[in-house]
Amino acid sequence: MSPEIAAPNAEVVAPTTAPVSEAPSVVFDVRELDVYYGEFRAVRDVNLQVLQHEITAFIGPSGCGKSTVLRCFDRMNDLIESARVDGKILYHGIDLYDPRIDPVEVRKRIGMVFQKPNPFPKSIYDNIAFGPRLSGNKGNLDDIVEHALRRAALWDEVKDRLKKSAMGLSGGQQQRLCIARAIAVEPEVILMDEPCSALDPIATARIEDLMQELKSDYTIIIVTHNMQQAARVSDRTAFFTTEVNSESDTRTGVLVEFDSTDKIFSAPADERTENYVTGRFG
Amino acid sequence: MTLLTHDDSVAPAGGGDASSLLEPTSGRRGDSVFKIVALAAGLVVLGILALIAISTTREAWPAFQQEGFGFITSSTWVPADGKFGALAFIYGTILSSFIALVLAVPVSLGIALYANEAAPRRLRKPVVYVMDLLAAIPSVVYGLWGIIVLAPAIQPVYKAISGAVGDIPVLGWFFNGDSGRSYMTAGIILAIMITPIITSLSREVIATVPSAQREAAYGMGATRWEMIRAAVLPWSRGGIVGSVMLGLGRAMGETIAVALVIGSQSQITAHLFEAGDSMAAVIVNQFGEASGIHRSALIGLGVVLFGVTIIVNVSARGIVSRFDRRSQGA
Repeated sequence: MSPEIAAPNAEVVAPTTAPVSEAPSVVFDVRELDVYYGEFRAVRDVNLQVLQHEITAFIGPSGCGKSTVLRCFDRMNDLIESARVDGKILYHGIDLYDPRIDPVEVRKRIGMVFQKPNPFPKSIYDNIAFGPRLSGNKGNLDDIVEHALRRAALWDEVKDRLKKSAMGLSGGQQQRLCIARAIAVEPEVILMDEPCSALDPIATARIEDLMQELKSDYTIIIVTHNMQQAARVSDRTAFFTTEVNSESDTRTGVLVEFDSTDKIFSAPADERTENYVTGRFG
Repeated sequence: MTLLTHDDSVAPAGGGDASSLLEPTSGRRGDSVFKIVALAAGLVVLGILALIAISTTREAWPAFQQEGFGFITSSTWVPADGKFGALAFIYGTILSSFIALVLAVPVSLGIALYANEAAPRRLRKPVVYVMDLLAAIPSVVYGLWGIIVLAPAIQPVYKAISGAVGDIPVLGWFFNGDSGRSYMTAGIILAIMITPIITSLSREVIATVPSAQREAAYGMGATRWEMIRAAVLPWSRGGIVGSVMLGLGRAMGETIAVALVIGSQSQITAHLFEAGDSMAAVIVNQFGEASGIHRSALIGLGVVLFGVTIIVNVSARGIVSRFDRRSQGA
């Protein structure tokens, strides 16, 4: 089951929008990752690599552990007291779970956008400025806010009401605000946990367009329930599924296949992947 | 599909009959009964409040009539001469309650945040349990502890402080005097008494902060304290202020504990370490032997206390809602 991951020299789906001329470098290298909640093993044996300036999609049925794995990349699982991780996630060669690593610093470099838009009950401006202020940024906040909002394709819609509450925005605008908020701290990676599941199709399309634009500057990992979305936006796709542990009647997530999105959707190597992407299961 | 094409005048093929929609169903009766019961319960509360206000005002009327506005603007309270000016007691009530808030709010919020956000899971329950236990101690016990233990023990401290800063402007205005039974002692006792209320209510409010808000802050690289400032406090501010208001209400109305430790002196002074008196304490100290106009003046104190509590509450709510509107930019 070990996924056929392209070494940096292999021909992968050409990252056409990425300005890098040399082969994309590996941002995350996940090796034999297991995640436990207490005694319960939620996900086992995940091996994959996330390449720079690509969009990597995690798909699979509910409970397959795709969000759990995503939350390992910025140490959000640390917030759950019983959560524990085995194996390694190397971020540019450094183990994210090394005891010397400060999860707070990790989360500044690796931003996250959540399933439901979660702006703070503050003004639009203060939402964007939150991260830069945390970092003690003494630069021109106005410029940072404008830049982040422009980058998230929200500037024109909100430039006249920056001091108004973010709670007054529509769901799609709120989600783009959350993306802008993540961008404002200039992370290298943006993790998106089903970012469109609470949005209508038009708002979803805007977020997907935005992801394509952001790809040139950021590395994106997206968890999605929506296979078409994965097919539309991602360069690579990881398919997870659940295994039932017969003796304990619990379910453990497992990575079935990881490959270029074209391959996953047109010629998957594993039968389970094929059943899922063709709609016969899940 | 058939629904779209069938003729409007023809009943749906399923033989559906919609005419029953026009008849009221029996389930509606439960709704209207509930509505009446709920309305009645609400009105009873308002009614009781109004009755208390009316009957106490009537009992107090002779004193109000005799003193006029002097009842709340004069500080001469000499029952033997028939003089009833409550200003010193109003001052004492407000000052001792204010001291209590200044001391109790930071501590309460600290405990609430600790119990909800910082404490290891196995310590959370005990912390909460001990706080709730504090709330169950009768106020007379606090008062006795204050008069027997706290007042004598703290008096040398007052003396030392006022000796050290008594001659310095501003500081000396407040931190002056050397009475063990004083505004300050009453404030400390009140602070201990209202801490459990503020703690437990604000803890519940803090627990309602959506985890999405916490995650938003953590996901940006916030530390725990930064997360609390960005997500927890803004979200729960209204509820925290409400819990503080309830604590303040208790502090202003607290009777026996204050009566025991405030010193029973009718005077207005900024010196925190000097004896004073509060409205509730005066009532409980004097009501037993009062009669005639004295008695109605004491009831008048109750009316004023009622009024002050309402004013403080309403204005605090006003401040908070204005603050909320501004910070949310709506």
